[in-house]
Amino acid sequence: MKRSPRPAAKDLPGRLAFGGFAAVMSLLGLAIEPLQRLFGVRRMAWVFLAPNLAIFGIFILFPMAMNFYYAFTGGTALYPQDRPFVGTQNFERIFACSNYLDPSTCREDLFWRAVFNSGTFVLLHVAGLVGFALVTALVLNAKIRARGFFRSVYFYPVLLSPVVVALLWKWILQRDGLLNAIRVALDLERVLFLLNADWAMFWVIFVTIWANMGFHTLILLAGLQSIPAELYEAAQIDGTGPLRSFRHITLPLLMPNVMVVLVLAMIRAVQQFDLVYVLTGGGPGSATLLMVQYIYEVGFASQIQRFGLAASASVTLGVVLLIITLIQLRVGRGSESHLA
Amino acid sequence: MSRCARSILAAPMTVLAVLAGSALAQVELRMTWYDDGSESQVMRDLLDRFEAENPGIEVVMDVVPYSSGILQSLPLQLASFQGPDLARVTDLGGLSEYFIDLRPLVSDAGYWDANFGPFLDWMRPAGSDAIPGFMTQLTVTGPYVNATLFEQAGVEVPTGDTSWTEWAELSREVAEATGTPYAMAMDRTGHRLAGPAISMGARFFDDTGYPAIDDEGFRRMAQLMLDWHADGTKIPDVWIGSSGSYVAGNEQFVNAQVAFYMSGSWQIGQFTNLIGDAFDWQAVPNPCGPEACTGMPGGAALVGIADTDHPEEVALVLDFLAQEEQLAEFYGRTLFIPGHLGLAESGVDFDAELPATVAALDTFARQVPKLHPTAYALQGYPYNRVVFDAVRDRLTQAMVGELTLDQAIERMQSDIDEQIEEAQ
Amino acid sequence: MHATDWLAYAYLAVGVLVMFGPVVWLVASSFKTAAGLLEFPPTFLPYAQQTVEVDGFDQLLPLFDVTLEDGNVRRLAQIRRVGIQAQMVDPAAPDQRITVGIDQREQVRELRLAWENYTVPLRRFNFLSYLRNSVVVTITATIITLLVNSMAAFALSKYRFRGRNLVFLLIIGTLMIPISVILVPVYLVITQVGWVNNLWGVIIPGAATPTGVFLLRQYMLTIPDQLLDAGRIDGASEWRLYWQIVLPLSAPAMAVLAIFSVMWRWNDFLWPLIVLTRSELFTLQVGLNAFQGELNVQWHYVLAMTVLTLLPITVVFAFLQRFITTGIASSGVKQ
Repeated sequence: MKRSPRPAAKDLPGRLAFGGFAAVMSLLGLAIEPLQRLFGVRRMAWVFLAPNLAIFGIFILFPMAMNFYYAFTGGTALYPQDRPFVGTQNFERIFACSNYLDPSTCREDLFWRAVFNSGTFVLLHVAGLVGFALVTALVLNAKIRARGFFRSVYFYPVLLSPVVVALLWKWILQRDGLLNAIRVALDLERVLFLLNADWAMFWVIFVTIWANMGFHTLILLAGLQSIPAELYEAAQIDGTGPLRSFRHITLPLLMPNVMVVLVLAMIRAVQQFDLVYVLTGGGPGSATLLMVQYIYEVGFASQIQRFGLAASASVTLGVVLLIITLIQLRVGRGSESHLA
Repeated sequence: MSRCARSILAAPMTVLAVLAGSALAQVELRMTWYDDGSESQVMRDLLDRFEAENPGIEVVMDVVPYSSGILQSLPLQLASFQGPDLARVTDLGGLSEYFIDLRPLVSDAGYWDANFGPFLDWMRPAGSDAIPGFMTQLTVTGPYVNATLFEQAGVEVPTGDTSWTEWAELSREVAEATGTPYAMAMDRTGHRLAGPAISMGARFFDDTGYPAIDDEGFRRMAQLMLDWHADGTKIPDVWIGSSGSYVAGNEQFVNAQVAFYMSGSWQIGQFTNLIGDAFDWQAVPNPCGPEACTGMPGGAALVGIADTDHPEEVALVLDFLAQEEQLAEFYGRTLFIPGHLGLAESGVDFDAELPATVAALDTFARQVPKLHPTAYALQGYPYNRVVFDAVRDRLTQAMVGELTLDQAIERMQSDIDEQIEEAQ
Repeated sequence: MHATDWLAYAYLAVGVLVMFGPVVWLVASSFKTAAGLLEFPPTFLPYAQQTVEVDGFDQLLPLFDVTLEDGNVRRLAQIRRVGIQAQMVDPAAPDQRITVGIDQREQVRELRLAWENYTVPLRRFNFLSYLRNSVVVTITATIITLLVNSMAAFALSKYRFRGRNLVFLLIIGTLMIPISVILVPVYLVITQVGWVNNLWGVIIPGAATPTGVFLLRQYMLTIPDQLLDAGRIDGASEWRLYWQIVLPLSAPAMAVLAIFSVMWRWNDFLWPLIVLTRSELFTLQVGLNAFQGELNVQWHYVLAMTVLTLLPITVVFAFLQRFITTGIASSGVKQ
């Protein structure tokens, strides 16, 4: 049998690691290879899928189905079989509003405040994130020295846990924290950033961008670096200015990466929870209350845990997110073909 | 396996079995605990003593944070039968269905009835005579003041009955004179607000015993809170700073950023350790309103969980800890007000050197007889957390201007109604 | 193009400040004493008040510069403060007590790293135990994630079978619902399986990541099918094709997934918090949160412990950072 391509391991630790890997894989093969005789080549796909599907089915899909069922039940019992079926009552409660644009007219006013907050947050966060990531990627793509160092600098916050990030910034934004110290040094008055609705939202957006930007910057950078340099050279020879070559070369060829960044960022933004929860707790008042925090509080953090209501809110959230994602993908595909 | 081999293996197997059997006799009990200060050390010492006297039982303490561990996770664990064997809880009424009944398991149920009688009612469903556990502390809400700041400002700390508005004025004077940023602070919880509200005339319940928030007294207090936050009397960081959860104002008080701090007796231990003698602090009697000069009673209890695999061992632990000798040491070292009638009468030898500490304990102990009946009723109501959380969250919204006071009060009532309805 | 170069470097400099600055500030502040942290405006370097040993006193006494009524400034040690008066003593002449108002004093400070911020909590904060649990969970989970996700990605990219698209859409579709929302149902499943208070309950549920499958599948699509066909002709089993051809060729994407998995697992907080109630099983993040709850007023300890939890991931990052960028680049995100 022909030798398959293997990464050359020239040093002893590398060889040992590879040897160990090969040993483990061969051991697993003892259990898996016989299955091929049973199922044939094509059905081996299911064998490969099986572990993932098993974990996925038991720990993600099944709970999601349970959650979906919870949305149609009421009461405070924990187990699904103990919960009374109430039909669409929870959904009716959520959507009971006399004026959808004014949360205070709604029965579940906090849900709708969360909807508006999340909407604002997602729009501004994604716009800022993609904007800064693009600019940073463009800067990093230029011929600068110590590019590796700068790349790490931007990526580093991504590694920090949301709780740590939130604590860190909460402390910096405090009444007597670093930012106010700088303000006072510049002869300005202190600002209680997290106690003011608009500032709190600003900082929520800033800190979440701070914590996530590096990841998206790298995706865009990878895309930029795969654009062949000859295209730019040809454009230069033709006398095309940098702005025009950006519009007609960079942007269209970068579009797929931008789409990926947009979709991922948007999904994460809609699901944003722990960082904001630790940073502002949804406050002041409910100024930075986001959807997932609402669900968490209704279904978990109150004395009477209303699993049904929380589940129906989460189902609504999922449906809305799905629709938005599909729209994004459709628009993205359209703009790709348009620019090409 | 050949017969020869089997007989060779028999001897060591028997030894192993005997060893395994005696190892199995070791019972491990899990106790979920939270700390206000460092009481877990004191409890650990007592448990070590228990383990020395009862070699077959080991008690492991899992110290968790109050908010996420005790308030949020524990109910979920109890409902799914994954709870510990013992737990220190504050939601006595709400979780009472999960507590063990020690009555058939303890040697002297009469001792428990005599010394813990009135508090047991908080821990068990109405009409039951179960004995679930004992109070780790009785708490009373009440204010502290930074006496040093008062002294620097030349303002005398009032003794005797003083109204809330008077206290606010005096505190403002002190804050201005000493350059302290704010005059007052209050913990962010409806429980802390309830005492002053009742003093102002709030009744919290209608004639049928169902929560009814909207009355003159409550509105009076709510309006005061709004005014104080609007005019800078109260430090906003506590009530407005971190929505969605319990926030204490002890950081602000310990750092001398406020002159007056409305909290409760459980802070004494922490203040003794953290403030020491950085400034003079003292507890003062609850300020007055037209109706009363009351705070709220409360406390935490150490209870056994009904679902435990080792009920007899749990009973042994609780019976040991509840004896006067152990409780006297516990209260003495943790500086908590005793939730044991016998000790409350005979007095506890508090392990306190600072005169401030002793004085504070004394002040709070003398508040107990002045507690208003409504306060007791509210504390004993199983869904009181629903009431407190609704009041807290909606009032915060009113403070930041998202709701008017009328809207906020309306929402408080509807929140309470909807949640209680769901629980039926 | 000099102007744009300068602009680029300026932008990058600001970036370093904004990205690294807060963390540097965190580390610097973690060495300040509690009093140092309260100072406003804050200093960058950690200063602590000097203390001095004085004859006749057991404890070290703090040093102050005191402005006396006659305008002189003397360096005195403070015995105690009562109300608005402080009792001071001259270390050189310990018999004489001098009483001054507290406003006349100013602390004498020196540059000092408050290492006790780290050592004191470590006695109560079971760092090593939490660290061990975090390491065990992270490594095990990453290995399982890599194995299971790559197998699934292999199936979804290299085989054509009925239901393939449905399975793939199902997996991606679950990205729409965050796990914090299905916390309670997943917890119930865990209780039924019997994995509460068991590290497996933290390791397994998150191992089938949709993102991982997506990433690896994208990459594996670029591996030419001819390689596999050639292997099959030679008589290799599908399993061998998988681990001898496809896995090595997918190394860059696997590296990316490995790094993400390490990151997710190391920082995972909400899920272990619910599943693990026994303190000996706590991971680092859960332990830190529990510890903070106990010390809500003592920022100097909280900061120190936060820095400590940052260290492991920083070290890992320093070693692996080149893989991250090359990995993302070659994971064929363009497709």
